[in-house]
Amino acid sequence: MKRIGVFLCHCGSNIAGTVDIDRLQEAVRRMPGVVYVEQNKYTCSEPGQEQIRKGIKEHRLDRVVVAACSPRMHENTFRRTVESAGLNPYLLEIANVREHCSWVHKDREEATAKAVDLVRRAVAKVVFNRPLQKARIPVEKRALVIGGGIAGIQAALDIADAGHEVWLVEKEPSIGGRMAQLDKTFPTLDCSLCILTPKMVDVAQHPNIRLLTYSQVENVGGYVGNFEVTIRKRARSVDESKCTGCGSCWAKCPHKVPSEFDLGLGQRKVIYVPFPQAVPNKPVIDREHCVYFKTGKCRVCERFCPAGAIDFTQEDELITERFGAIVAATGFDLFDHARYGEYGAGQDPDIISGLHFERLVNASGPTEGKIKRPSDGKVPRSVAFITCVGSRDDHKGISYCSRVCCMYTAKHAILLSEKVPGCRSYVFYMDMRTPGKGYEEFYKRSQEMGTQYVRGRVARIYREGDHLVVQGEDTLLGRKVLVEADMVVLATGITPRRDAGELARTLGISYDQYAFFNEAHPKLRPVETNTAGIYLAGACQGPKDIPDAVAQASGAAAKVTAMFSKDTLTADPLIATVNEAICSGCLWCKPICPYRAIDEKIITERVRGRTVSRRVATVNAGLCQGCGACTVACRDGAMNLLGFSNEQVLAEVEALCR
Amino acid sequence: MKYAYFPGCSLSGTAREYERSTRAVARVLGLELEEIPDWSCCGATSAHATDKLLSLALPARSLARADEMGLDVVAPCAACFNRLRTTVHAVRSDRKVRQEVEEVLGQPYAACSDAYALPDVIVNRHGLDNIVPHLKKSLGGLKVACYYGCLLVRPSAVTAFDDPEDPQTMDRLVRALGGEPVVWPAKTECCGASLSITRTRVVWQLAAQILTAAQKAGAEAIVVACPFCQSNLDMRQVQAQKWSGRRWNIPVYYFTQLLGVALGLPPGELGLESHFVDPLGVLRQKALV
Amino acid sequence: MSKAVLHLSEGTEPGFLREVEQEAGTRVSLCYQCGKCAASCPVSFVMDLEPYQVMRLVQLGARDEVLRSRTIWLCASCTACSERCPREVDVAATMDALRALARRSGYRPAEAQVALFHGIFLDNVRDTGRLHELGLMVRYKLRSGDLFSDLDVGLPMMRHGKLKPTPHRIRGVEQLRVLFARVRAREAAAVRQSTGADRESEAAAGGRPEKGGEGR
Repeated sequence: MKRIGVFLCHCGSNIAGTVDIDRLQEAVRRMPGVVYVEQNKYTCSEPGQEQIRKGIKEHRLDRVVVAACSPRMHENTFRRTVESAGLNPYLLEIANVREHCSWVHKDREEATAKAVDLVRRAVAKVVFNRPLQKARIPVEKRALVIGGGIAGIQAALDIADAGHEVWLVEKEPSIGGRMAQLDKTFPTLDCSLCILTPKMVDVAQHPNIRLLTYSQVENVGGYVGNFEVTIRKRARSVDESKCTGCGSCWAKCPHKVPSEFDLGLGQRKVIYVPFPQAVPNKPVIDREHCVYFKTGKCRVCERFCPAGAIDFTQEDELITERFGAIVAATGFDLFDHARYGEYGAGQDPDIISGLHFERLVNASGPTEGKIKRPSDGKVPRSVAFITCVGSRDDHKGISYCSRVCCMYTAKHAILLSEKVPGCRSYVFYMDMRTPGKGYEEFYKRSQEMGTQYVRGRVARIYREGDHLVVQGEDTLLGRKVLVEADMVVLATGITPRRDAGELARTLGISYDQYAFFNEAHPKLRPVETNTAGIYLAGACQGPKDIPDAVAQASGAAAKVTAMFSKDTLTADPLIATVNEAICSGCLWCKPICPYRAIDEKIITERVRGRTVSRRVATVNAGLCQGCGACTVACRDGAMNLLGFSNEQVLAEVEALCR
Repeated sequence: MKYAYFPGCSLSGTAREYERSTRAVARVLGLELEEIPDWSCCGATSAHATDKLLSLALPARSLARADEMGLDVVAPCAACFNRLRTTVHAVRSDRKVRQEVEEVLGQPYAACSDAYALPDVIVNRHGLDNIVPHLKKSLGGLKVACYYGCLLVRPSAVTAFDDPEDPQTMDRLVRALGGEPVVWPAKTECCGASLSITRTRVVWQLAAQILTAAQKAGAEAIVVACPFCQSNLDMRQVQAQKWSGRRWNIPVYYFTQLLGVALGLPPGELGLESHFVDPLGVLRQKALV
Repeated sequence: MSKAVLHLSEGTEPGFLREVEQEAGTRVSLCYQCGKCAASCPVSFVMDLEPYQVMRLVQLGARDEVLRSRTIWLCASCTACSERCPREVDVAATMDALRALARRSGYRPAEAQVALFHGIFLDNVRDTGRLHELGLMVRYKLRSGDLFSDLDVGLPMMRHGKLKPTPHRIRGVEQLRVLFARVRAREAAAVRQSTGADRESEAAAGGRPEKGGEGR
């Protein structure tokens, strides 16, 4: 017979305010196996924990149940408590009578009855708890950062500065990301590239960083401390070891296509670097548009390259490497305003997005920083800015606030009034959201510079000859307003990268309904994912401005370096195990496992004097996250999740059905 | 193709020419329109402005007859189409609504038949490919503003056949007939139909805005698919000209009339004599009549 | 909008919001007053309350002010508001619901002509099964006293045969009569339900506000 001790927590009035603890104690005293019950005002406090230790010693307890808050809060606390009293930490169970009971009920009678049930469940389960031992796994002290925007750059630099090797993988020919496309940054109006390029150069020169641009992560295997990642390094058609970045090739290349970096407002050559400050300053040949690759003729770049670096025969390279940790920093895409039929469905050249506007004001942009409208190059005399396009709009499928549009629109209005004196600017907004250091003051500054703020969403924008008409409402006046504008800038919101879902599945991490990557806990574990060893930085997790993205990147880097500070990791023993004796080898569990932790193996055994081999499932202890999906799928009942074994769960069900 | 035909009340009165041109065009195109026997009024705005159940039960009476015919319904009037389709949608998506409708109707109604708008049936379902071979005349680059108004395209979740902000069904037809659909901003603006009798000035103002937009876009004609749009832009155009002191003088055709002209039908068969703004002048210029 | 102080704690009916939402089948509570409805509305220039102001007053439970307003009668049901609402509130359906509630609660419509027109229209349909346009116009003119408008277009319409002199009577007119009667009976039941005992006693004590719109 087990000797079970139960400790009932009041949590101040959080639990005791709704649950009658005295009556709970009476009921628990009569539960089978319970030899000791006591209550505490705060069981998690030092005196509360001491009571548990005392109870274990004085009453020779071999199982402990704590009825308190969610195990997500204090399970580890109490595991350490019982361990310090000499018990195996896994001989503890928590009954969550706060989140699951007192916080969600009002009726004292019913809440008390439910609390009794919850404790009975835990008592029934703990009888079957077994001592479990933590495993130790080695750590490969090399980090992979996916995405070379400001978040990825910051994370890579921080990890590298801590003395660890980092690989930075970027899809585009250069690092820099979205920040490189911006002109100025709010609220200080620093030139974006002026503060970004030093960091880009640091990356290129850092002895601990290996930079792979024009490359993509193709496959991720392994587990925390031991990921095995395959990276596709796309053929650049330029030998990076020979290229000096002199620029002859892209100067001489006779073919132009719309520039992705300038969002189609300008053009680039077919052999190109996306922007002058690119890192690395080595071009790529866009094979899709290259005349040589299409017709077999041209080779102008090759003729003019003084270094002989052009290599048309280059092929994609697949590189496989081991990493201990991965930081996803893949950034964002902009909402495509083609989905707003009422705002011109993306068809009118003078209705542009905020990022287009950044390129129009930027000195290295297609207009060399002169603000001209795309349709005819006219300098606008009147510009309307519209916020919340693709944000806070359930009708367009996006309910969230993109967090940066109010501020970048204030910035655009300021830049416009500086560059085109006398140009009238109107900002249609719903709420001004300025919750950052210096942000409200920045908004005020744009008002002082003459920007007209109109509180109301715009109904539609239509063309009337030479200009656009913005039909809106001033909700502060309760009057319809019309603005005749030469150009309209839509502050389009932040969306996940179009291929974010695909990357998440490759990495084995979860994502939300929009395909933003999920953090492990929205408040307390904001840079970790639910997959051990994979961390998040920047807007791939949700809309963020630059300071927040940088802060999160440094946070992710700190997590990585903390992990790399140890040679081995302890692994939670709450993982699936196979009872090979009854496993039929059907492997239904294999496709169900979200962490790809299950494989098959052949075992040999003696059956009636003969040696036979058969197939069974096997669980990779490093990969298994203990989710339990396989135990449900297993038709033989051969899969068991340690700590949540079939007999434990059935004991709980039975206790609840009594 | 065969449809259960719901002409609607206006088509025997103010929109006679829509009825005549629809019948004439359907005959040439081989589109069979079988009138729903003893159909009754859809209730229009007056019903749904008064009582939701009434606004569903009235169309349901005619729709139940179409169910018996085993045919999908086509309605030339945009308002009727909207009410019919709203009813089909509501009865299909809510069991309780269906039960209430059946109770006041005193007969079962399962919403089997779909309801379609006439331009949708002719242009999208019958298809331009089946129209072009019958064409006898080209509109000769006639600049046409296609006016859809509200009830044809909104709410798009119910009407569901064209873009609610920039519909193209009639534009595609006009192009196929040799006309030039203009790009203009008032395609789906409201003409204020439900206030036409009670707040006539509101309608003048709205008509003035729509006509001015068409004029600015260079339109020589407007086409519509709704009796209310037609009378508010044609009949009230004359009044709005007096009221505002502006002049537009833009003829407003039912799309079936222009289609009929291109199919070589004589103006008399298309009811072209009963407009307020002269419909023939523009057509004569292009030698179409 | 009326500039009188709105007493949120006493002068409003918290239950009104739910009543409207139920009748309209849409979540008025989600409206965040962005104004896209009003910006889209073709007739807001004659309204006394902008559509989002109506939504706001419904949210606050200002039953009386909403049901007295002209806006609910002037809505042209073009549904541009509902089509574009970023919170997917069916604003047009809400206006329909408010008209129905105003009628049932015995409010004199602030736009009497509009309500009169709808009433005559439906009587016409009930009696013959199809709308007789000439009958509707004559009846409306006599009842509203607006005798002389549209005479300029009336005569040419007659000439073109656009105004049929006699109504068409459908065979199933009895079914329609019953249909209308059943709808009215349900409405009456709904009125009894919504003006429960508490309201009646309130009215008896003279606590119920006098109803009726302002004059034109």
